[in-house]
Formats: sequence, C-alpha cells, structure tokens
Amino acid sequence: MTIPQGKGLIVLAAAIVVVNGFFPAVWILLTSLKSEAELVSKPITWWPHDPTLANYVQAFTDQPLLRYLGNSFAVAVLSTILSLFVASLAAYAIARLNLRHRRLILTCIVASSMFPLVTLLVPIFQTMRALNLLNTYTALVLPYTVLNLPVCTLVLVSFFQSIPKDLENAAMIDGCTRLGALWRVVVPLAAPGVFTAGILAFVNAWDEFLLALSLNASASMRTLPVGITLYQGEFTFPWPIISAALVVAIVPVAVLIAVFQERVVGGLTQGGPEGLTARGA
Amino acid sequence: MAQVELRGVTKSYDGRNTVIHGIDLDIRHGEFVVFVGPSGCGKSTLLRMIAGLEPISGGEVRIGGQVVNDLPPRSRDIAMVFQDYALYPHKSLYDNMAFGLRLRKTPEDAIREQVMNAATCSCSTSRCRTLTPQLRNEMRTEIKRLHQRLGATIIYVTHDQVEAMTLADRIAVLSAGHKMQYDTPDAIYNRPAALFVAGFTGAPPMNLVDCTVTDGAADLGGVRVPLPADLAARAAGRSPLKFGVRPENLRLASAAGDIAVPAEVSLLEPLGAETLVTLKLGSTEMVARCPASFRHPPGTAVTLHVNPMHLHLFDAASGAALH
Repeated sequence: MTIPQGKGLIVLAAAIVVVNGFFPAVWILLTSLKSEAELVSKPITWWPHDPTLANYVQAFTDQPLLRYLGNSFAVAVLSTILSLFVASLAAYAIARLNLRHRRLILTCIVASSMFPLVTLLVPIFQTMRALNLLNTYTALVLPYTVLNLPVCTLVLVSFFQSIPKDLENAAMIDGCTRLGALWRVVVPLAAPGVFTAGILAFVNAWDEFLLALSLNASASMRTLPVGITLYQGEFTFPWPIISAALVVAIVPVAVLIAVFQERVVGGLTQGGPEGLTARGA
Repeated sequence: MAQVELRGVTKSYDGRNTVIHGIDLDIRHGEFVVFVGPSGCGKSTLLRMIAGLEPISGGEVRIGGQVVNDLPPRSRDIAMVFQDYALYPHKSLYDNMAFGLRLRKTPEDAIREQVMNAATCSCSTSRCRTLTPQLRNEMRTEIKRLHQRLGATIIYVTHDQVEAMTLADRIAVLSAGHKMQYDTPDAIYNRPAALFVAGFTGAPPMNLVDCTVTDGAADLGGVRVPLPADLAARAAGRSPLKFGVRPENLRLASAAGDIAVPAEVSLLEPLGAETLVTLKLGSTEMVARCPASFRHPPGTAVTLHVNPMHLHLFDAASGAALH
C-alpha cells in the first residue's frame, strides 16, 4: 500500500503525538513492575526481567493510598456533578433565553477562566479558613466547581444550540415547565456534550494539586496528587513505588474515559429518529 | 367546551416593531380553523401565542372562556404537532406516547392501556415534514378523519391554500401580521374581502387588473365590461381600482344572464384535463380556464362570457373589496 504524499506527513505527526502521549504512561507502568535494584542497574532494561507486584503492596501500605483514592474520587465526582448542574443552567440561559448582552456574558465566562490559579490561591484559602471549611471536601468541591464552570458552560452552549427548539416546545406543551423541559429533553439529547463536559471537569478535579495541597493538608483529607508526593523521603526516591501509586491514579480516569467514550459514541450512532440524524448529530 | 377567542392580540419582539396587529378571532368548539398566509405573515407566531410558547404583547387570548395570557403552555390543556420534530429522539415510541400522561401523573397501568389503544390505530400515521405530494394528500385525509373522530377544536397552520381550503371549517387569511379575512372556504374563495385574499387563493389565482369605472362599466383599457348596478354604484368616484375575475369564471360558452366580452387569444398552456388560455382584453391580459379541447391559435378573436355575479372590484390603495 502506498501512502499518498501529504498523508504520510499526517500519519507521522499522529505517530509522534501518540508516542509522546503514551510513552510516559507506559514507562511508569513498566517501572512499577520493576524492583528498585533493576531500576538503577545499567544498562537500562526496558522490559522488567522479574515482574513484581510488590511495589503495589508497598504503595498501599506505606501511605493510606486507598483513603487518598476515596478522597479524590469524592471531590472529583461531587464537583463534576455540581459543575454540570450549574453549567447546564447557565448554558441553557445563554443558548436559549432572550438575554441582553449574551456575547458579553459569554466573553466574561471565558475571560474568568484565564486567571492563573496561583493568583486565586490566597483569596480562596482565606475564604475557606474564614468559613471554617479547611480540610473538608467542600473546600475543594466549591473551587473545583467554579474553576470548571467556564469550560463546561462553553461545551454545553454549543450542544444546546444544536438541539431543535421545537422538541423543547413540545415538552412544554406535553406538561413540562421550562426547567422540566431542560432536564427531561434538552440535557438527555445533549448527552454527548454533557459527557464531554463531565469528563473534562472530572479530570481537572482529579489532577488538581495546588489547591488540594493548600486547603486540605490534614492526612485524612489528602487527595491522590498530594498523597503521591509523600512517598519520597528527604534523600530517597522510591521510583517503583511512586510509579505504582501513579498507575493507581491513572487507571480510574482511563477506565472512566473509555467507558463514557463508548457511551458517547453509542448515543450518537444509536438508531435515533430521522429528525436527530438529519440535523447531523 | 374548547372555544378559542382572540381579542386585539398583538405581538412585538422588541417593543418597537409590531409583527401581529390587533387580531380578533372566534373559534368555536370543535371547529377546524386554518391559518393561512405567505411565509412571514405571522401565522405560526399567532399559533405559538395561543399555545403559550410566545408571550402575548397585547390583547387577550381565551381558551374555553378562561383568559390564558399568563398561563404556561402545560396549563392550557392543548396538544401541538410541530412542523419538523414529532418525536423525542432519546425516548422509545412507547415513552414518547406516555410522556405527556406521565407528566399528568396518570397511573402507569392506565398509561399502558391508553398507549396500546392509541398504537393500534395510529401506527399508520407518520411525520408530515417534507412529504411527497401524494403523502401530503394522504396526510390531509388522515387529519380530516382524525378531526371528525375526535371532534376536537383544531387550529392548523399552513402556507398551502389547497390544504386550507380542503381542511378548514373556517380559514383565517393573514398577511404581514394583519387578519385579511376570516370566513368559510367558500366565502374566502368566492367573496374575497381583500385584494390580498383574492390574489392568494386559487391556482391560477384570480385575474387582477387595473381599471376605471365610468357609466356603470369597468374600462379595461379599451374593453368595457358592464357591471351589476350595485357594484358600479359602490365604485362611483373611486380610483384607482382593481378589477378581478377568477380564471374558471371566464367561459367560452354563454349562459343566461352572462355578459359578453371580446378578447384575443395570446398564449395556450395545455394541462391535459384543461387548458389555461392567456387572453388580451383591451390593454390587459387575463387567464381563462378552458376545456382541454380549446385549440384556437394565438391571435384568434374569441368572445368570453362571464356571470356579472363573479366580477370583483377592489380599492387598489386600501385593498378592500367593494361588495
């Protein structure tokens, strides 16, 4: 098979992106299966000579990794649900209601996501301390929700706009309030958009480090990114154990994305009536 | 009783430009009323205002005697079929049909019974989006049957005057947000109240030409058509005027009471069942529906016969009919 000129370049670019993206993950996975001795031995071994799960056992016993996992999960799930709820309302208002200055509002939403997190850290910390919320899930759920709102709203606005208004009108005549039509018809039809926004929000919350470190410093409230930094001692870097913890952190997100991606694609291709396919959903 | 009354209903989106101008309408219980007009005339807006999907800027809408201006659509006890989207794509057919019932808190077993009953008789209907002409005709009959069976008050919006004529008990003709005429299909067709209505109904539409009226006859630029005395009296002193006659009322054969008008054949359009003949009358041109056997070549002089009852005069400036 000959690859047409130009297309070859695209394939090459794609290959670089894939390798660049996957190599660290694969390297972490391989490292997590090696013993410390094998890791430092020269020459470097690519494939573990003697694969072991001991690092995983160690990762869970050295630190309360399960607790971190639970904390991360709670914070990410709660903030994702809250983000989607508020963003749905905001996006619906922007997409559908006869608002004055719609563009300005949208611009402000986008602009608000441009602040570097560091500049917000101190005010958020002081607010949470004043509210006596430090070392609670709320301390992270609230800021994560707010930080995820712009991107969620933007994604949902464009999806909501693509849903025929008549379906909403039909729902309102069938007995829904405007909000009822939003939850029962618009949001389910915008499912691919809702999942996309949800995955973005979840991953953002799952990965966040700075706020998690500053606001929830107590041992029982730490999230995964913060917890993983605690495996290293002042002079020791137990890379295989850290790698094992990292794999534990990556897998849930990867599974989540894989599962929901299937859902999203499934929802798109499932035998929808002519109406929805006709508008190119 | 589901009678619908509109009193001076207006609509303005921005508070400055009015798009619906003080419409009054009475729709009786069980009546089939069609709103018809060219696109942008406000017929859909008016329907949406009755349904509650558009706020009413002025006037009053009553359903069953109750003012519904501020009632949300769900509280108006109405159903609406939309032009493009008939089903919720994310729900099964069953759930689509049960949706409204569930929202009304109907018990689930009662819903099942109703949906199954409905399904056995309505599975042949389909969406009437971009239907082929043949399917449109079938749909039309289906809708008419449905109305006969349900006896519900139905308001139907279309830009197709044939659909309006065949379906309606009464037709409201709309133009640029104004109600031009609201009457039975027969009256709309035979006694159009306005120039717009005359030109909108019929295929081909009514012949409408400029004329002046002097001494009880319409002058069509050289050809004089004697008018009934009352019509001539109403036209006296008015100008400019439009003279109107439907193509099927210009006949070659004469009948008692007809007036004769000299004309000259200018163009033939054979349609199979009939032939449309364009004729010169004085300085004007008109179309006549003639039998398919009409074969006189262009240039032939013919005599047209028309019943004076079928002549219409309109005030060209206001568009109002003089009858």
